[in-house]
Amino acid sequence: MTMTSPTKQVQPSVDAYVEDRAVLDVRGLWKVFGPRSDKVVGSPLEELSRAELKERTGCVAAIRDVSFTVRPQEVFVVMGLSGSGKSTLVRCLTRLIEPTAGEVLLDGEDIRKASDKHLRELRRRRFAMVFQHFGLLPHRRVLDNVSYGLEIGGAKKEARYERAREVIELVGLSGYEDSYPDQLSGGMQQRVGLARALAVDPEVLFFDEPFSALDPLIRRDMQNEVIRLHREVGKTMVFITHDLSEALKLGDRILIMRDGELVQVGAPDEVVGAPVDDYVREFVRDVPRSHVLTTRWIMRPPLPDEPLDGPELGPDIVVRDAVHTVLRATRPVKIVAGGELLGVVTSEEILAVIAESPGKPEEGK
Amino acid sequence: MTVIRTGPPRAIALMVATGLFVSACGGAKVGESPSAAQQTGDAGKKACGAVNLAINPWVGYEATAGVIAYVAEKKLGCTVTKKDLKEEVAWQGFATGQVDAIVENWSHEDLKKKYIEEQKVAVTAGSTGNKGVIGWYVPPWMAEKYPDITDYKNLNKYADLFKTSESGGKGQLLDGDPSFVTNDAALVKNLDLNYKVVYAGSEAALITGFRQAEKQKTPMLGYFYEPQWFLSEVKLVKVNLPEYTEGCDADAEKVACDYPLYDLDKIVSKKFADSGSPAYDLIKNFSWTNDDQNLVAKYISEDKMTAEEASEKWVNDNPDKVKAWLPAS
Amino acid sequence: MMAALSTLSGGLRRPLWPRRYLLAAVIVAWVLVWLFVRGQDTLQLGGAELTPLHARLNEGSEAIDNSRNDNPLFLYFINYIRLFLDESITFVQGLISQPSFGRPLPVIGWLGVVAIATAVAWLYGNRKVALLTLAGFVSFGLLGLWEESMDTLALVLAAVALSLLIGIPLGIWAGVNDRFNRLVTPVLDFMQTMPTFVYLAPLTLFFLIGPASATVATIIYAVPPAIRITAHGIREVQPETLEASTSLGSTPWQSLRKVQLPLAKRTIVVGINQTIMAALCMVTIAALIDAPGLGKSVLKALETLDVGTAFNAGLAIVVMAIVLDRLTSAAGRRVETAHRAGRAQKPGRRRIEVAAVLVVTAAAVYLSHVYVWAAEFAGDANVGPYVRRGADAASQWAQDNLFVYTSAFKNLITYSLLNPFEALLTGSPWWLIGIVVIAFAAILSNIRVVIMCAVSLGLLVGLGLWQDTMVTLASTLVATVLVMILGVAFGVWMGRSGRVDQVLRPVLDAGQTMPPFVYLVPILGLFGATRFTAIIAAVVYAAPVAIKLTADGIRGVSSAAVEAATAAGSSTWQVISKVQLPMARSAVTLATSQGLIYVLAMVVVGGLVGAGALGYDVVAGFSQLQLRGKGLAAGVAIVVLGIMLERITRTAARRADTVARGTR
Repeated sequence: MTMTSPTKQVQPSVDAYVEDRAVLDVRGLWKVFGPRSDKVVGSPLEELSRAELKERTGCVAAIRDVSFTVRPQEVFVVMGLSGSGKSTLVRCLTRLIEPTAGEVLLDGEDIRKASDKHLRELRRRRFAMVFQHFGLLPHRRVLDNVSYGLEIGGAKKEARYERAREVIELVGLSGYEDSYPDQLSGGMQQRVGLARALAVDPEVLFFDEPFSALDPLIRRDMQNEVIRLHREVGKTMVFITHDLSEALKLGDRILIMRDGELVQVGAPDEVVGAPVDDYVREFVRDVPRSHVLTTRWIMRPPLPDEPLDGPELGPDIVVRDAVHTVLRATRPVKIVAGGELLGVVTSEEILAVIAESPGKPEEGK
Repeated sequence: MTVIRTGPPRAIALMVATGLFVSACGGAKVGESPSAAQQTGDAGKKACGAVNLAINPWVGYEATAGVIAYVAEKKLGCTVTKKDLKEEVAWQGFATGQVDAIVENWSHEDLKKKYIEEQKVAVTAGSTGNKGVIGWYVPPWMAEKYPDITDYKNLNKYADLFKTSESGGKGQLLDGDPSFVTNDAALVKNLDLNYKVVYAGSEAALITGFRQAEKQKTPMLGYFYEPQWFLSEVKLVKVNLPEYTEGCDADAEKVACDYPLYDLDKIVSKKFADSGSPAYDLIKNFSWTNDDQNLVAKYISEDKMTAEEASEKWVNDNPDKVKAWLPAS
Repeated sequence: MMAALSTLSGGLRRPLWPRRYLLAAVIVAWVLVWLFVRGQDTLQLGGAELTPLHARLNEGSEAIDNSRNDNPLFLYFINYIRLFLDESITFVQGLISQPSFGRPLPVIGWLGVVAIATAVAWLYGNRKVALLTLAGFVSFGLLGLWEESMDTLALVLAAVALSLLIGIPLGIWAGVNDRFNRLVTPVLDFMQTMPTFVYLAPLTLFFLIGPASATVATIIYAVPPAIRITAHGIREVQPETLEASTSLGSTPWQSLRKVQLPLAKRTIVVGINQTIMAALCMVTIAALIDAPGLGKSVLKALETLDVGTAFNAGLAIVVMAIVLDRLTSAAGRRVETAHRAGRAQKPGRRRIEVAAVLVVTAAAVYLSHVYVWAAEFAGDANVGPYVRRGADAASQWAQDNLFVYTSAFKNLITYSLLNPFEALLTGSPWWLIGIVVIAFAAILSNIRVVIMCAVSLGLLVGLGLWQDTMVTLASTLVATVLVMILGVAFGVWMGRSGRVDQVLRPVLDAGQTMPPFVYLVPILGLFGATRFTAIIAAVVYAAPVAIKLTADGIRGVSSAAVEAATAAGSSTWQVISKVQLPMARSAVTLATSQGLIYVLAMVVVGGLVGAGALGYDVVAGFSQLQLRGKGLAAGVAIVVLGIMLERITRTAARRADTVARGTR
């Protein structure tokens, strides 16, 4: 991807509509595959490393004691390399895979305790999922694919087609209602997948690496599409990816996983600016920091003799967007929030960040 | 594209439909045409009813059954149903009530014991008049070239001739149809012959073997039997084994004598025998010679007649013999 | 032997060299040990001898036989099934083949049947298939076998309909339920490899002589492909597609109905196709218990060694198989495109087309009901005699003129390959064979298969037919090697050229569906009553499958890989040996294991032409009451042998695959 695309930070203050309430609250989630996997959690075995556990019991712990919360209307990205358990995690959240232990609270209700019937009800009304390989039904037209969720929910034909047409228009597929999936390009197929998920008007949308099967240009378009949709419909989204730049671009907050364990959760600038360990540090090494870090991350306390009458900037302005102001100013730029002086930034700090960053954004990752 | 797809079919359909109706005019109708006239029951009808005849899979049997069926239908007005069955399945038919008669039975002591003595569902209905001969045969060219080969004592002398890829260095004795229990393995052993019994597995295999042996002048020694239609094509020559004496084959392990002469007989179901059907009397009275059967078998196998055609021909040629079988009325 | 093994294990590749050495070592050790202990513990049993097990099996079947009249199972269950089957087949026969409802002719005459079949082909398939169907059905009449063909068609249609009625639901169940799938797989293996001759006679005790028994025998053989392929189709559905449906809140039933079944539809049609082919295979054998139709003509002709007549009837069976195969395949393709085309095409046009076809068909049916010329196929339009004479002449010519060469060829293969190999197998003590088989299984596959082999070997010893089993094994392996040589050679040729494919395919179809009884006489004439004749019969039957599967595999190799190899300057031979064959390996392996199963299916036919051993035991058991138990044991031995060999090849191939991939 290129760095000229619109980014989250351009939007009017994210924090403004993110309440502190949790839509999704995940507590101590475990998923162990293998023989008698239910015996692992809660026993001394759970302390073992992945390899040891595999050797001792033949079980594989795909998710190990993961807890996090997702707030209303935020885009929550789960990131990790393949095998880190991220796809298993998202399936556990909707019980496509049955978790071994822990709680998954949707608006305070533990979906692990839901009966099959109730679970189906939740799936039909309250969350929906977009898949890596689209998972479309090749024998149905686009219109029938998009209305599939409504159909199994028992909606009347006219009603569901009407809704489907709305959503098809929303994702920009008008005119393709009567096409079959194999007549569409990959990107368009994923728009169908997206429309199908949106059609049921869910509270939470899950994305399982939805764009990794697409080529880079299409991928960028689709990412922008998600950003646009998020802005328009304001759904809570849980987004799985192995692509850091995608995570940084889309995520309000990012959860980094390794070997089934949670490594770090935080806003993009936190992850880049304050990696918790070498693993994360290695991960974010090649990120152009000036595109992610905000002035908050590079400011320093004013020196005693510094003049404090320079221009002012907020603490959440991305460095890249602050460059112009700082480099033109003859005085240190004050970082101010709520009338309070947090620190100052000079061309020295700006240049340090830019110098650290790799010269060119990496393409075709 | 769509025009091409649908244009011609409609035209063809119309043409065909018109054509059919035009040509249909004047055609004979089903049920009133002579070709489809009912053929049964033109003889005086007595209370005969249905007869289920088992047809075992060899031509001689078909000849016998064909003649019986023909006479039963034409002279007695019975409705004969022929059922193509292997012997054992046919005998089972007595128990299930689906078979009324087997008209050429080659011994089958085990089946007789089971169905006649134990289950009491069948009874014998006398001899067919045919004599069954079982033994070892060679093609005629061999008997001509090696005249002394027909004595079993000389077989070892010629063992080398009969070697094949199957016989592992010994001479080959080709056994045939698996329907019959042969004593051949014991005979080879007890007569000290340097031969190995090889199982051909079917009558077709035996006949093809003999046919090729005569034609290609290759040596062959095999198990065979008469009456058999193939003997009228190639006159196989029987090898003389030590003569059969009563009881010499009592112990299957120690047999060292020829096979007995089999009296081929007829078996009917108990139910059929008790029914008083004239067809039962016909079957009971039926008797003819090996030559008679061979003639009808030849009509079928060589002249390619159906069993009905062959039977009709023979019955018309032999009115006296047929008359003797009919129940006195 | 080495060649045999390397072919069997599916073309081993570079990373597996050490295993090849291990196998060679096992074989060398085997031969060495054999030299010393030859002839010991070979468990011989004479032709008419019985073991206590065989006697007990006899008693068991007697007991069932005797309880037939008072066992409630018979009185209330089987009798009703029999009645139902008999009635339904008699009804279909009354419609198309036999005089019925007081008429001297069937309800629908030849013209009506031809019209209906053609209309079905036209409406469900396409115009080309309709033409083929028209030609095929008319040819039944031209061959002079209209009534027999219709009897066969009635039986096949009834058996297929019932097979599908049973098979598709069970297949769906096996598709969605792993446990049921595991449970049903060995049962299906058993049904497919157990020789029909073993259960044909007992079947008539349960269902009596008549269409019901024939139908049941056919169903036993035809239902496994329906179940297996349906289950496969259900399982093939992309897990993500199913997940997507579940994630939207589908019930399992909704997912099955709206996702799995529609997506598996095309595969299920393949299953229907295979079911029809299997049912047609049984036509001749079922004639042994009085099943009506073409099979009877074939068997009758065999009594007088009338090759021409047998060929004529066999030809009708082949034509029927090809017509039904092409029709179902076209219908299957149509299933996919049907509603799309339906939408694209103007509905009015299609409606007119359908109406036209239906009107013509109705007219033809009416005419064939009323007028004799349309009801009874005219006798003077009969080309049967010419076909008969031609086939007779060809068969006679071959037997007279080729005999010298064919018997020389037979001797060459028998003395150089079959006899030494058989000597090794039959001369080895049973425990030595056991050790060798287990060593092979251990080298080629996994521990589970090793255990299964040990159990199977134990069973084979217990069945009391060890020697016969070894003789059959020798012939089976030699036949499989020949099948694979042909399979790879012709498969590659066919896979690389569409034209060759077009020419060869009908020939292969004929090889697969022509009843073996038809060509028994000519090959007996050419090769005599020998094990080699049995091998030839097996090769004729099994090679087409191996060739087709290999060709499909070769065609499936991505054109990019072939292009790359060509661009790198490979010769044709190099492209074949280094790219196409290795990449089609899983297809070649499948071809081997299917080839093996098909070869085993012909063991009994082999018994009819001089193969002796297990095949003969089964045939004799069918013919003689006191050998019934032994025949049953021989049938079980064939099944055990088949399952054991199939599992070794399959897991060997799977393991070879993972090893190859792991080192890459």
